[in-house]
Amino acid sequence: MQINKLQVEAIRSGSVIDHIPAHIGFKLLSLFRFTETEKRITIGLNLPSKKLGKKDIIKIENTFLSDDQINQLAIYAPHATVNYINEYNLVGKTFPTLPKKIDRILICPNSNCVSHHNFITSSFIFKKNKFSNMDLKCKYCEKEFPKNIVLSY
Amino acid sequence: MRNPLFKKNIISINELKRNELELVLKKSEILKKKPQPNLLKNKIIASCFFEASTRTRLSFETAVYRLGASIIGFPDGNNISLKKKGETLSDTISVISSYVDAIIIRHPQEGSARLATEFSNGTPIFNAGDGANQHPTQTLLDLFTIKETQDRLSHLNIAMVGDLKYGRTVHSLTQALAKFKDNKFFFISPDALIMPNYINDMLQKKEIFWKRCKNIEEIISEIDILYMTRVQKERLDSTEYANAKSKFVLHVKTLKHARKNLKILHPLPRIDEIDYDVDQTPYAWYFKQAANGIYARQAILSLVLIEKH
Ligand SMILES: [Zn+2]
Repeated sequence: MQINKLQVEAIRSGSVIDHIPAHIGFKLLSLFRFTETEKRITIGLNLPSKKLGKKDIIKIENTFLSDDQINQLAIYAPHATVNYINEYNLVGKTFPTLPKKIDRILICPNSNCVSHHNFITSSFIFKKNKFSNMDLKCKYCEKEFPKNIVLSY
Repeated sequence: MRNPLFKKNIISINELKRNELELVLKKSEILKKKPQPNLLKNKIIASCFFEASTRTRLSFETAVYRLGASIIGFPDGNNISLKKKGETLSDTISVISSYVDAIIIRHPQEGSARLATEFSNGTPIFNAGDGANQHPTQTLLDLFTIKETQDRLSHLNIAMVGDLKYGRTVHSLTQALAKFKDNKFFFISPDALIMPNYINDMLQKKEIFWKRCKNIEEIISEIDILYMTRVQKERLDSTEYANAKSKFVLHVKTLKHARKNLKILHPLPRIDEIDYDVDQTPYAWYFKQAANGIYARQAILSLVLIEKH
């Protein structure tokens, strides 16, 4: 913890998304549109991690993520933790849990799905398949896809 | 009787519960016996066909007229100014929903009917087919025909033949019949066009019997409903297609050991998967099935638009 603080500049107040799998940090920034803000963002890539070997970390000043946003992180970064910082002190810590549905950030693999058009936002619900893996079902075209297929899209 | 369908959007057959399906079938039966031409008097219904589907459109429009309602709309998407001006589907629906009491929509893209519900400000949407996805009123008329000919929707042996991979009617019908008790399913198709896994998984999960069969002869003596569908040539390579043609075409001789109550259904149009000779047998029911589409559509329209029945 101490070491990491030194590796990425500490923030005075805001959110720290820690334990992001390496190489996913950049993806999260764009998918969750974290960069669409005037707030200061620092990012650390390929940092050493006891849990993951290597990890990414994102710090966003003066921004507190909503529960929804945090849970949506779980699909890409299941072991992430979100720390809240105030006056350089850790004041809260949450762990994403896989949400029931996920809006906006994914793209439906069905090329004839209406969600690709009309400036609408995608929406998927999670469903367990018969092998107890997670599938994602598109709200619009009603098709179900294995999670990794939607994520790689 | 409380009417749970009042003001509902009819998008996907999966969203209709068993009691709601039964309500529609009951209403279809009543309307078939006793037409009620004033049920929707003074209502205006939009029929928005963004792609041509003449049969479905005429069936819906007939249902609307038979209920005494008026219709506005367009028969295919190519010549409408909305398309030429590049208006989005969502804007079109926002505008039209302020004119009418309900919107019937046919659109080539999957999920378009669901999208329409988000812009219709509470005006009910009827899905008349969204790409390869859903066509709930087709399933309602299939169910109505099965109920009418067999006097029940449970304890039935149903064979489905042809393109079971892409044929949305067989997917929806299987899903709907799976809501009723003790139905058994027999699937007969070319290897390349077998029932998708999500349907088989659903049946398995509900512990419903299903089996793949090689040909129709194999099970003809056990079944109550033979649901035929067309195999599109472009889905198979030429040898497979030639093979499929000989194996999955229904001839009169195949019906030799059929049960007395057997009925042959087909969503139409038929190309050559049912011999014309079969039309003359007492088993052929596909044209009556198509005619039932009017009553099923009348039923669902009136249940959604009128609270008290
Ligand atoms: Zn989709």
